[in-house]
Amino acid sequence: MNVLELQRVSKVYGQDATVVNALSGVDLSVQPGAMVAVMGPSGSGKSTLLTIAGSLEEPTEGEVLIEGAPLSRMSRNARARLRRRSIGYVFQDFNLLPGLTAAENVALPLELDGMPARRARAAGLRALDDLGLAERAGRFPDQLSGGERQRVAIARAVVGERRLLLADEPSGALDSVNAEAVMRLVHDACKRGVAAVVVTHDAQLASWADRVVFLRDGRIVDQTAPVPGPESLLTTPGQSQ
Amino acid sequence: MSVRHALLALLSEGPKYGLQLREEFEARTGEVWPLNVGQVYTTLQRLERDGLVESDGSEEGPQKGFRITAGGQEELAGWLRTPPDQTSPPRDELVMKVLVALRVPGVEVREVIQVHRRYLVQLMQQWTRLKEDEAEFDLGLALVVDAELFRLDAVIRWLDATDGRLKRAAADGGSARQPVPPPMPNLRRRQGVRR
Repeated sequence: MNVLELQRVSKVYGQDATVVNALSGVDLSVQPGAMVAVMGPSGSGKSTLLTIAGSLEEPTEGEVLIEGAPLSRMSRNARARLRRRSIGYVFQDFNLLPGLTAAENVALPLELDGMPARRARAAGLRALDDLGLAERAGRFPDQLSGGERQRVAIARAVVGERRLLLADEPSGALDSVNAEAVMRLVHDACKRGVAAVVVTHDAQLASWADRVVFLRDGRIVDQTAPVPGPESLLTTPGQSQ
Repeated sequence: MSVRHALLALLSEGPKYGLQLREEFEARTGEVWPLNVGQVYTTLQRLERDGLVESDGSEEGPQKGFRITAGGQEELAGWLRTPPDQTSPPRDELVMKVLVALRVPGVEVREVIQVHRRYLVQLMQQWTRLKEDEAEFDLGLALVVDAELFRLDAVIRWLDATDGRLKRAAADGGSARQPVPPPMPNLRRRQGVRR
């Protein structure tokens, strides 16, 4: 079953003369363990696609299904529960709470979902440990580097039983080494079965994905074919001169 | 890629045999430049002829040893610091295709751009696969893969910028499907594009 499915999703902002078709008839399916990148220029609808996929916004038309369940038929409470339990978000500017330590930030969604604080904290520490941040668990966000902050944000997005990771330009202003580390973590999460959608205008980030879809003016206009192994790159004739 | 200078670089570490040079060349370049034995020996013979290496005088074969001469050291130091020729646009074929597409009736240039963008992203995906196994990702290979990814990324950025310019030009021109193509620039004269 697809973890995420967008069926003919459209989103219209404004009306009459000021109407903007942010998304038009978008179909997208993401299976467990798949990493899909959505590439497109500014204003192509990338972020709108992500907020609708994450149930943070409702489509004007069409349906969003998370693990087969249509969001339009869920109550507000059920959708909020789904966001806390099944969906992890990573934003460009990290969105960590400055008054909480790294461990508390990671444990927060579990605590909000009703998990006892001690268990939530233990799960948070495990998630940080998985990302090589165990020693930073007690630090506050402003005591961490940009790369560490984003790793904490990813730990928060995958902690617990999250099935879907949604990331909006997750490497933001990080340098290329830290950006690669972030994408490697997203990629590793997918290997463990998490489905991920990463929106970006950066081809280097997108190239970590199994599939890249191209968005233009709110429509998916193209996508990559399944990627062959890299072997052919290493035996290209004519490179030995 | 200069096999000649790569061999000089390997010999600058100390004397080596022909076969050993081939294996080390491939390992140091992340194994992305396969080299046949014949190439190694032909190059070594020329280096010896030019006085840049000297052999131990034993018979031709995998066990024949070579060492770099003072002249070879000087040649290598000079080569490392000589910038490769980057004066002509290296991606002229793609640039020309897009410029030509602007002038061909019935061709949607942005669709042409997307075909190339998709191909380049797929190529980048293939290169990125090499990074997945961090444990097997040695420094030489990492540098080669990074170089390819940055190069391909730059081409995609150019396509994105072109796409943006076309969109703006179309918007400025009202309902025109495509902007009026500019006259073909004389790139050969102005920028030295190679044929």
